Amino acid sequence: MQMQKKSFEEIRTILACKTVGIAGAGGLGSNCAVALARVGMGRIITADFDTVSESNLNRQYFFKDQVGMKKVLALKENIARINPEVMVEAFDIKLDPLNIPQIFGDCDVIVEAFDLAAMKLMIAETVLERMPGRILVMGSGVAGYGNNDAIKTVKSGNIFICGDQENETGENLPPLAPRVGIVAGMQANLVMEILLG
Amino acid sequence: MQITLNNRKEEFDRSTMTVRELLDEKNFTFKMLVVKINGQLVRKEDYEKAVISEGDDVSVIHLISGG
Repeated sequence: MQMQKKSFEEIRTILACKTVGIAGAGGLGSNCAVALARVGMGRIITADFDTVSESNLNRQYFFKDQVGMKKVLALKENIARINPEVMVEAFDIKLDPLNIPQIFGDCDVIVEAFDLAAMKLMIAETVLERMPGRILVMGSGVAGYGNNDAIKTVKSGNIFICGDQENETGENLPPLAPRVGIVAGMQANLVMEILLG
Repeated sequence: MQITLNNRKEEFDRSTMTVRELLDEKNFTFKMLVVKINGQLVRKEDYEKAVISEGDDVSVIHLISGG
């Protein structure tokens, strides 16, 4: 496919007027948010109830001195250090079918960045039923290392799924920075493609 | 009947089938599935009731943990 050509100035100008919602501020969410902040996304709405822990640092965009902080606040702080022009709205909340349409109601695109499959299903059902037509960019299959070429994007209507669709997190299949970062980057890349055309 | 399953044409030697029958026949064993018939979500509790027929566009996405 032919790559759309735009200068960074043009890209920034378009993205500055856009809002992306990111559901979850862990491995996928923190890395996806930072990538989008760097390219000049106007507004990022992030929601997560968790705090940064030592075990998150193998993949999540946080720093050792942020252990114990609320993830959404740590992420907001990190984005402000990278690109203070991005408006970050941080919700320290557990997302559910009732608050998702409220929190992400005016987002141009929603990124699913949860850890658990049950939560991924919950947001897919919520968007399909309560936010018809809204584009949802999901991540599924990020665990382990290696096997670059198994990671892909599939589309089903307004839902896109990035990942290998196969490798589930487990005791001997941890989610780690390289593969999680690839999928988070794919999600951010797809958000750009959707918003920029 | 012929249906489209995950963007591919598939033939079945019957005129209709439920979502449950399709999942069993195609061996979709993952627990967390997003099933859509012609873009409409079918929830898990409706797998036995929801009927797929000729020409339907069916999408089955499985979701797995990790992020």
